[in-house]
Amino acid sequence: MNSPVYQGVMLILMLIAFLGIWAWAWSRKRKDTFDHASRLPLEEDDGTVPGHEEDRN
Amino acid sequence: MTYTDKVVRQFAVMTVVWGIVGMAVGVLIAAQLWLPALNFDVAWLSYGRLRPLHTNAVIFAFGGSALIGTSLYVVQRTCHVRLFAEKLASFVFWGWQTVIVAAAITLPLGITQSKEYAELEWPIDLLITVVWVAYAVVFFGTIIKRRVSHIYVANWFYAAFILTIALLHIVNNLAIPVSLVKSYPIYSGAVDAMVQWWYGHNAVGFFLTAGFLAMMYYFVPKQAEGPVYSYRLSIVHFWALIAIYMWAGPHHLHYTALPDWIQSLGMVFSLILLAPSWGGMINGMMTLSGAWHKLRTDPVLKFMIVALSFYGMSTFEGPMMSIKTVNALSHYTDWTIGHVHSGALGWVAMMTIGSLYCLIPRLVGEKEMHSIRAIDLHFWISTIGVVLYISSMWIAGVMQGLMWRAFNDDGSLTYTFIETIAATKPYYVVRLAGGVLFLSGMFVMAWNVWHTMRNKQHEPVPASAPAYWGGESA
Repeated sequence: MNSPVYQGVMLILMLIAFLGIWAWAWSRKRKDTFDHASRLPLEEDDGTVPGHEEDRN
Repeated sequence: MTYTDKVVRQFAVMTVVWGIVGMAVGVLIAAQLWLPALNFDVAWLSYGRLRPLHTNAVIFAFGGSALIGTSLYVVQRTCHVRLFAEKLASFVFWGWQTVIVAAAITLPLGITQSKEYAELEWPIDLLITVVWVAYAVVFFGTIIKRRVSHIYVANWFYAAFILTIALLHIVNNLAIPVSLVKSYPIYSGAVDAMVQWWYGHNAVGFFLTAGFLAMMYYFVPKQAEGPVYSYRLSIVHFWALIAIYMWAGPHHLHYTALPDWIQSLGMVFSLILLAPSWGGMINGMMTLSGAWHKLRTDPVLKFMIVALSFYGMSTFEGPMMSIKTVNALSHYTDWTIGHVHSGALGWVAMMTIGSLYCLIPRLVGEKEMHSIRAIDLHFWISTIGVVLYISSMWIAGVMQGLMWRAFNDDGSLTYTFIETIAATKPYYVVRLAGGVLFLSGMFVMAWNVWHTMRNKQHEPVPASAPAYWGGESA
C-alpha cells in the first residue's frame, strides 16, 4: 500500500478512470439517451410536459 | 398502477414540523450563549445537552425527513413505477419518527456517546440501522423494478447518500455496550478521532451534500420547467464528487495528534473538492439560462437559486478553511459555526424549503401553494436571517482567532479568554436575531402548508407509461 510504485500506478489508473468517465459522458452515442433522461423531472402527473408538448406521443 | 404518495406526504409534513422543533432548540441555545441564565439551572435545558439535540433534530429529523420523503417521490416519478415493498416504506416512516423521539428524550437526559453528530446510544443506533436497511430495500427495489430505461441522475445521488450513510453509521458507531444507556467505542485516541471525522465530514458530504444535490437535480429543472443545463456534466459531477469527498475528513483535525501527512492529505482533497462542488453549482444555476426572468415572479425558484449560491459560497469557504494556515486562525472559533450555517441554513434548508414548495401542491393535486405571497415573505425573512447569522459569526470568528493568537512583547497573551467571550457577546445577539428570523419563516411555511393540504382529497395518481429509448431495454 505504501510503495511509491503502487501509488504511481493508482494515480495513473484514477486519472484514466476520470478521463474515461468524461469520454463516456460526452460520446455522441449517448446524447439521445441523455436528452430523453434529462426530461424525466419535467413530466407532470397529468401526463403533460411543460414547454415540450410537441414531443408527447 | 398508481403511485405510493401517502408516505411522501407524511415525510413532507414532518419535515416542516421537525424543522420548527430543531430550529427552535437552536434559537434557545443561541440565546443561552448570549444570556447563560436562560438554562434556568435545569440540567436537561443546559447548553451541553441541548446542542446535540439541535444538531440531531435539524440534520436527521428535518433534513432526514426531507431526504427520505423526496427520494421516495423522485424515485417513483423518474422510474414510472410505484414503490417496492410499500409496507416497508411505512415502517421507514414510523421507524424514523421513533428514532427522532428517542433522540429527543435521551439527549436532554444526558445519555450520549459523546461523538459529534453520532451522540445517540447503541439501542437507538441499532434501530437506525434497521430502518436504514428497510429504506435501502424500498429505494433500490423501486429502481430495480423501474419501467424507464435510464436511471435519472437524482437517483444516483440519492443512492450514494443511502449506501454511504449506512457504511458511515455502522463503522463509526461500533461500540461495546456496558448497559442499556452506556457504551464505549471500540476505537481510542487518534484512531477514534480519525474515524469520527471520517464519519463527520462524510455525513456533510453524503447526507448534507449528495442527498440535497439529488433534490436539486430533480426539483430545480421541475420548477424552472426546463431540463438541467448539462446532463453530461451531472454525470461527471457525480463521480468526481463521490470519489473525492471520502478523503477530506482529516481537515477537522489540523494541528492535533493525527499524523501530519494525513492532515495534509485531508487538506489537498478538500481543495480538489472545489472543482466538483462548483461544477454542480454551475449546472444547477445554468438550468435557468434563458429563463432568468422567472426569478422575478417565482419565489420558489428564488429559494432554489439562493440555495445554490450559498452552496457555492460554502464550498469555496470550506476548502479555504481547510488550508492549514487559514485553519490555524479559524479553528475552534465561531467562524466554523458561521461556515456550517451558511451550508445548513443557506444551502440545505433553503433547497429543502424550495423543493417542498414545489412538491407539496403536487401531493394534493394542486398546481401551486395556497399563497405565493407567503412564499415570497418566507424567502425574504429567511434570506435576511441567514445573512445576519453568518456575517455576525464570520466577524466574531475572525476576531476571536486574532485575539487568541495576539502576544505581548514579553511573550505573554494579550487577551484573557474571558475578554474574547465578552467581545463576542454583541455578535451573539445579532446571530440570535438571524436565527429568530429564520425560525419565523418556518412558521409562515407551516401556515401555508396547512392551508394547501387541509381538506384535500388524496386521489391516487396513475403511474406514467413505461418509457424505453436509445436501444436500451429493461
